[in-house]
Amino acid sequence: MDKIPILRMGDLLLVTIQVDLYDRIAEALEADLVQAIDKSGAQGVLIDISAVNIIDSFMGRIIGNIAMMSKVLDAETVVVGMQPAVAITLVELGLQLSGVLTALNVEKGMTLLRSKIAVKDNDPEDGNTE
Amino acid sequence: MKNEAIKVLQKKKKSIQETWMKFQLTDETLRDDLMTNDDLRKQSEELVDVLVSSLDDTNIDDPRNAGFDGVVDILSALSISRAKQGYSPRETGVYVFSLKDALLHVLQQEIKDPQELYVQSMKIIKLIDSFGVTTFETFIKGREEVILRQTDEISEISTPVIRVWDGIVALPIIGTLDSARTQIVMESLLQQIVETSSSIAILDISGVPAVDSLVAQHLLKTVSATRLMGAECIISGIRPEIAQTVVHLGIDLSGIITKSSLASALKTAFNILQLQVVKK
Repeated sequence: MDKIPILRMGDLLLVTIQVDLYDRIAEALEADLVQAIDKSGAQGVLIDISAVNIIDSFMGRIIGNIAMMSKVLDAETVVVGMQPAVAITLVELGLQLSGVLTALNVEKGMTLLRSKIAVKDNDPEDGNTE
Repeated sequence: MKNEAIKVLQKKKKSIQETWMKFQLTDETLRDDLMTNDDLRKQSEELVDVLVSSLDDTNIDDPRNAGFDGVVDILSALSISRAKQGYSPRETGVYVFSLKDALLHVLQQEIKDPQELYVQSMKIIKLIDSFGVTTFETFIKGREEVILRQTDEISEISTPVIRVWDGIVALPIIGTLDSARTQIVMESLLQQIVETSSSIAILDISGVPAVDSLVAQHLLKTVSATRLMGAECIISGIRPEIAQTVVHLGIDLSGIITKSSLASALKTAFNILQLQVVKK
């Protein structure tokens, strides 16, 4: 079965979805990713969906779920490179993905993620400053 | 056995053409400034020719018969060319209906039995009336096509995405936002965001005459889609009246950055991008 690779870059996880998602891959990705976050203790997850041209409500929810789960596991998630058509579809489907951070491309996503992590690290209430 | 009227009309084709031309030339509404009499004669003779030769027993009562396709084609071409030449719809209509007078005139001369004359005249009148309506339909269809094309052009023209600064695009919306236009606006804005990799989009609605709940919903959709792409969207150009209606309608714009003018939206955008404009 096809699998979507989860790459580790320092304290970040990078997921690039290069194929059109279908249900089984998406569910497997969800399971794999939470495992990977738990194992690596990553602070941020970057999901690149620039190659995804078709999306349905199920995929939209999975992406939203993944972001929520990462958040629960204390990792910030940024979805980058969403295609205009995909964005319009999601809005028409009523999936605003509120709570999910988005960025235009990997570079901007990285910057956003770094700044978020930096803020978290400097937050005195957080307790785990380096 | 051919219908009496058809026999008469086919025999008297020349005479119909002559009578029709005579009627037209003596008519005071004749527009010889738009078409020369020679052209008019040619056009009229062709129409009579095709009409008379396509008449037969089976189709005289049925103007939609396939046998009249040739006539309908000529009438369509005629109505379109006349519209272009500047004839009014009325003049085109009168032109087609004047053929009726010529046909009836000839019938009257040839058929002596009043009963038969009445029956045949009614048939001809119905037929020509139907052709008149066909001419009108084509005329209107031609007009509608022009209107549709213009609507398309307007919506294309009226949604320019302007690159205001490095990383900032602006989209002034002029005119009412309906679903179809919102779609175009959204698509061109998102496309431009991708192409210029801008992180801020300013939606200026100073040219939108009124905001109702539907327009507001369209705006919210556009903002959500922009956010999904990873860019921030600022709505500017909100006039006091619009602010009033929005609040009265109970539309929640609290999640969106709204500014009264494009200038203040730009200032906000500079702030977000941590840019500063200084005097030289």
